[in-house]
Amino acid sequence: MIPAPFDYKRASSAAEAIALVGEYGDDAKFLAGGHSLLPLMKLRLAQPSVLVDIARIKDLSYIRDEGNHIAIGAMTRHMDVEKSPIVLQHLPLLANAASHVGDPQVRHRGTIGGSIAHADSASDLPATTLALGATYVAQGPNGTREIPASEFFKGFLESALAPDEMLTEIRVPKMNGATWGFQKFNRRAQDWAIVGVAAWKRGTESGVALVNMGSVPVLATSVSKAIASGASIPEAAELAAAEAEPQSDLNASAEYRVHLAKVLVRRALESANA
Amino acid sequence: MKVSITVNGTTHESDVEPRTLLVQYVRETLGLTGTNIGCDTSSCGACSLHVDGESVKSCTLLAVQADGCNVTTIEGLAQNGEMHPMQKAFMENHGLQCGYCTPGMVMASISLLKENPNPTEDDVRIGLEGNLCRCTGYHNIVKSVLAAAKAQ
Repeated sequence: MIPAPFDYKRASSAAEAIALVGEYGDDAKFLAGGHSLLPLMKLRLAQPSVLVDIARIKDLSYIRDEGNHIAIGAMTRHMDVEKSPIVLQHLPLLANAASHVGDPQVRHRGTIGGSIAHADSASDLPATTLALGATYVAQGPNGTREIPASEFFKGFLESALAPDEMLTEIRVPKMNGATWGFQKFNRRAQDWAIVGVAAWKRGTESGVALVNMGSVPVLATSVSKAIASGASIPEAAELAAAEAEPQSDLNASAEYRVHLAKVLVRRALESANA
Repeated sequence: MKVSITVNGTTHESDVEPRTLLVQYVRETLGLTGTNIGCDTSSCGACSLHVDGESVKSCTLLAVQADGCNVTTIEGLAQNGEMHPMQKAFMENHGLQCGYCTPGMVMASISLLKENPNPTEDDVRIGLEGNLCRCTGYHNIVKSVLAAAKAQ
């Protein structure tokens, strides 16, 4: 399968990329690693007339310790997130989740910013950064703005980004010794999660987010509230799907997904409790 | 669009349509048909080759994305008529049945050892999760990679 014809432009800075997308309007798309977009284009599920390649923007690929948080450039590849000593030290949950994205070949190309901007609830990093209370930085023609992860995901493959806005940085608060668990349940190696869970816990504080439990990644706030008020992990895990509206598909019914979410939240928090 | 891509040490200046996939470019433009197309949806890994020394799935990469890069395909591994140690290890350990997945398996395995020179059996199995063998010949493939690691 070969994508439908399109024009290809290569940007050397975020400003140039934003100007190019502005020039070509709604039919233009940013191309990062291409590992979400190109498969959709081959299937004609996406048919942009212009691709603006942003993967070569060198100053968007970095991982920096900013004191309270870690700043990750949007064009940082999954493999670099997974192996970064800074991420391993301060955000072990994110490093582990990044190591579960696709397979090594995919992680050599795919980027954290591309994955989050694609806003697929079945992807690992949107939910993981949501659980960690991340903030995303978007740059547009009129400057930059910060969008909390909890306000970013609007619907199936829909985000709060305007068409001419580009995700440039992901800011993730340091975990400060919180314990954590990442659970990904699938039936084939390298596949998307049927249900996944990213969770951390520090005393009675916690963050739990669900992968593939609806059209957007879901923050399981009822679980965290229960833990804060002294519930045991098995009790809190029973509330795993309280905020979720899972769908049925070829892999699993909605009921089965709810069951899985409860089991996986319990497992993730029990490893977080260790 | 004009691109300059170095494949197996030779730089090629080509005019490609932006939608040309890298796998199409190496197979059809350059005639290097050792890289196979399997699923064509970035699942099976048959089309794995190296871009700047790292394994990628060339069915999910545009040729224009590899502009200016160094690409190595299965044809570029042997030097002076000598097989690459990984190719030898696959031969000696019968790491193939029908052979269709083999070029991709070999390319992914070389990349794996570069990142993890002393893998355990589990590391190899997990590291090759992006490569499917429909003959299910995984046992000898894993054996081959471990043998190649030991021979380094």
